[in-house]
Amino acid sequence: MRDVMLDVKGLRKAYGTRTAVADVSLHVGAGEVLGLLGPNGAGKSTTVGMISGLTAPDAGSVTVGGATLAADAFAFKRRIGLVPQDLALFEDLPALANIELFGALYDLPKTALKKRAMEVLDMVGLADRAKDKPATFSGGMKRRLNIACALVHDPDVLLLDEPTAGVDPQSRNAIFDNLEALKRAGKALVYTTHYMEEAERLADRIVIIDHGRVVASGTQAELYRRLPAAQTLQLDIDDALDAAVLDGVPNLKAIKREPGRITLGLDDLARDTPAVLQALAARGVIVRHITSGRANLEDMFLALTGRQLRDSTETTT
Amino acid sequence: MNAFIALVRKDLVLYFSNRRSVIMAIVAPILIAAFFGSLFGKDNAPANIPVGVTDLDKSELSAKIVAALRADTVLAISETTEADGAAQVKAGKLRAAIVLPADFGAKAGRALFGGNDKPEITLRFDPSQNMALPMVRGLLAQHVMENVSQSVFSGQVPVMAELREQALKNEFIAPERRQELAAMFDSIAKVTQPASGAGSGAGSAAGSASTGTFSVPFTTRELEASSKPDVKYNSYAHSFAGMGVQFILLMGVDMAIGLLTMRRLGLWKRLRAAPLSRTKLLGSRIASTALIALIVFAVIYAVAVAAFGVRIEGSVIGFVAVLIAFALLTASFGLLVAALGKTSEATRGLAILATLLLVMLGGAWVPSFIFPAWLQTISLFVPTRWAIDGLDAMTWRGLPLDAAVLPVGVMLAFTAVFALLAVWRFEWEE
Repeated sequence: MRDVMLDVKGLRKAYGTRTAVADVSLHVGAGEVLGLLGPNGAGKSTTVGMISGLTAPDAGSVTVGGATLAADAFAFKRRIGLVPQDLALFEDLPALANIELFGALYDLPKTALKKRAMEVLDMVGLADRAKDKPATFSGGMKRRLNIACALVHDPDVLLLDEPTAGVDPQSRNAIFDNLEALKRAGKALVYTTHYMEEAERLADRIVIIDHGRVVASGTQAELYRRLPAAQTLQLDIDDALDAAVLDGVPNLKAIKREPGRITLGLDDLARDTPAVLQALAARGVIVRHITSGRANLEDMFLALTGRQLRDSTETTT
Repeated sequence: MNAFIALVRKDLVLYFSNRRSVIMAIVAPILIAAFFGSLFGKDNAPANIPVGVTDLDKSELSAKIVAALRADTVLAISETTEADGAAQVKAGKLRAAIVLPADFGAKAGRALFGGNDKPEITLRFDPSQNMALPMVRGLLAQHVMENVSQSVFSGQVPVMAELREQALKNEFIAPERRQELAAMFDSIAKVTQPASGAGSGAGSAAGSASTGTFSVPFTTRELEASSKPDVKYNSYAHSFAGMGVQFILLMGVDMAIGLLTMRRLGLWKRLRAAPLSRTKLLGSRIASTALIALIVFAVIYAVAVAAFGVRIEGSVIGFVAVLIAFALLTASFGLLVAALGKTSEATRGLAILATLLLVMLGGAWVPSFIFPAWLQTISLFVPTRWAIDGLDAMTWRGLPLDAAVLPVGVMLAFTAVFALLAVWRFEWEE
């Protein structure tokens, strides 16, 4: 059990009659990455806003390493680094000046600030562009600089709100490397994203929020166990399949039919696949192609939050 | 062609979907056009031009002239001593000061018929308001001519009798001609007697005994109010004050738009995530805007001094105080704009309109005396007027430090009000 660095209890926030966050509790330990997922309008940004001190909660508490937002907001904020979804950069200030500015907001001594600014620039791979203005940077470079600005005061907790939006795979990988280094350095990271594969790669634990409430939380393995089937078998076939063909096949958890294809949910591919193939062969169904896989976070996410389109109504903070 | 129409249609839809911009595009020109139309329309004569009068003559005629000037709605007459009138013109409180000299009544009647000994009226004027001078000059001539001629032809002064006697005794005129002249004077006296209240202006002039025409019965000595007797008024001093105030206020609007843009880009949120008090966040914005305003105004005046001969003839400390007060005013105005504005696009037009109105009412474009009386009263509550007045006082008017106290005080009061309103209306959470 890691030391709890960020502890959030019973956060609530309503705007008029609309409840944005009903009751959210979560915690993140040192050296841990928490993936915060949810569809648009679920309450993620409001939650992040309340954790970072931007939005006053109606109820609940946020504690970082013993410092509470309500008791000492400044001490609390010094221990938090926010990487907002928007690129919070002054485009006409050089990269180094941007970092030094944000460092100065945390009252870092001048000499230490200069040293630290170069360290974080180096960490995100922009040391050679220190004197260049972000206006000349690519999207990925701006994202990395955005992270560097949040790291300059060496926070214990880093809140990352969609930090890879709109970047190329190379930049995304570079950002992941940075975040993994931070994790190894003992930082607590809250990572908000819509990209499930990012959460799968980075997050030690995942919290899924919908309608302002936590609908699931746990490690990925724990979450997958909540799915009807942990693994999938996808079969391309010649004809439409009669549902009765697979009657009697053991451990079949789910069947999804599409023209020329069926997708089956199974608990154990190695154990259950032969029985499926035997049943199909016995009925003369010709299988052209077989693909196997395991349930992923997206399956989990869609299973919990549904497939209905969400129009974002969340008030961002 | 479909593509062309689609592109045009798209632009029209986008333009007209921004209602605030559309309203601004329509309302701003209507307001400004209505403002200037009302100022320069024929039905709207200037009113209440503040003018001081000193009557050193104390005669019946001079009293009538003062009364006529007082009754004129274009002028706001106050009776002063000569020294006080001169000081008030210099301070910008009066547009002009008229001094009717001793013996004016006695000399003016004779001078009407071309005498050389014309009384001299002293007319001190504010050179920064030189549009007022022709009006004051014209109204003065009108009222003097009316009253002098009325007095002369009504027999209230013995000029006609004196002229009749001079004509009869003039040996260079043939005797029969002298009798005809005497008869003419008798006829004039007879005709004017029953209509003694009727005046006749310069337009009714007939031949005089000595020159054959009426003449203006006085001369004027026009004195420009300036800081020192040997210093001429430099019109650049006033224009640099007016334009400096206008464009620095517009800079304040730009700073406000910058803050709204920071909000839109998420930068404001990022700043709020840092351990900074609201006072520090907004105070730093006020400080930076004020510093920029101060630097810009200093550079503007440096150019005015170096290239246009503008001089700070008054108190340097007062001048700096006025600049600092105006810089703070600009900063708080910008903050108020940012607090009331929703988006940068919608706010820009409204803020520029507000700035232009402030500048117009402040008298930077046209002197305030041509405003209707009610608008002149309103202009006292416009901070830009105090900024321009303060800068004028410390530059070409050459007034001492105490003349800067009121403008600085008024601007600081506006600064406080704007700042309080801004803090009250400022939305901290996006």
